[in-house]
Amino acid sequence: MLDLVHLILFTFLAVIAVAIIRLKDLFAAVMLMGIFSLLSASLFTVMDAVDVAFTEAAVGAGISTILMLATLALTDSEEHPEHNRFQLLPLLAVTLTGAALIYATYDMPRYGDPDAPIHQHVAPHYIEETEHEIGVPNLVTAVLASYRGYDTWGETTVIFTACVGVLLLLGGHAVVERFRRRRLVEPEDEP
Amino acid sequence: MTSHVILRVLSKLLIPLIMLFALYVQFHGDYGPGGGFQAGVIFGAGIILFTLLFGLDRAREVFPPRVLEILVAAGVLLYGGVGIAAILEGGNFLDYDVLAHDPHHGQHLGILLVELGVGITVAAVMATIFFQFAGRGRTDD
Repeated sequence: MLDLVHLILFTFLAVIAVAIIRLKDLFAAVMLMGIFSLLSASLFTVMDAVDVAFTEAAVGAGISTILMLATLALTDSEEHPEHNRFQLLPLLAVTLTGAALIYATYDMPRYGDPDAPIHQHVAPHYIEETEHEIGVPNLVTAVLASYRGYDTWGETTVIFTACVGVLLLLGGHAVVERFRRRRLVEPEDEP
Repeated sequence: MTSHVILRVLSKLLIPLIMLFALYVQFHGDYGPGGGFQAGVIFGAGIILFTLLFGLDRAREVFPPRVLEILVAAGVLLYGGVGIAAILEGGNFLDYDVLAHDPHHGQHLGILLVELGVGITVAAVMATIFFQFAGRGRTDD
């Protein structure tokens, strides 16, 4: 039953991905990307990763879609490809890369395999000791904020840096204006 | 946007609930799914919905960009401050055990504070980025 749900969700994901590539209308493509994120979120929920699903639904389907729409409002909502002719080399490159990735999946452990390397390293410690060491019922929060607090600190800094970058790129005009106004107000001492 | 009566009335009902839900996700992260990042994004979505409905000028009055800029840095500083506080109390950076008399209480306090820091930064960043996108091309700023 669960396999059927996975299959349906993955099929939808693949269909939507192809549709996004083929669409020329960027407005529709942005909407489909929101749906893609929402489907991924459903997939994460089915896989019991509710925290990740929560983030995907809020960021991928919510904020990203709105920011994309805001970008389209500033630019153009129609795609204008430079050339439409068939190109062999790019097709060959993506086909080979895709084939290599699919070949690599044969070395991956099966989904939910308890003997997978990822379940052998620190995960057992987190599962067994969180109650004694942290005392927080939600394991994900304990790992995110306490065991891996340093990583989350880094992530917060990344978001901060992204904001500074956007302010400098898009708000650069306002910053320059503020600077100019200050220069005009301040009297020039040197002759 | 003055003509969209249904949208305005419905959103006026929705925005407080969205922000309340964000606070629930923020402070219930210890017990259920969620945490600072998700809460910040939901709160930011509430601000963005307000902006879409009532316009950028009204939104800038309610959430002044200067205050948002300060909040962006304040969240990161709160997170780092908890880490420094742990060092001053004799532990390692971000080792919450030493923040209270009982290690469990210390962990609870530490997690609550750093998640709050993440939430503040993320909410302010989302609102700031959206304001920048929406205000692009205007000459009045």
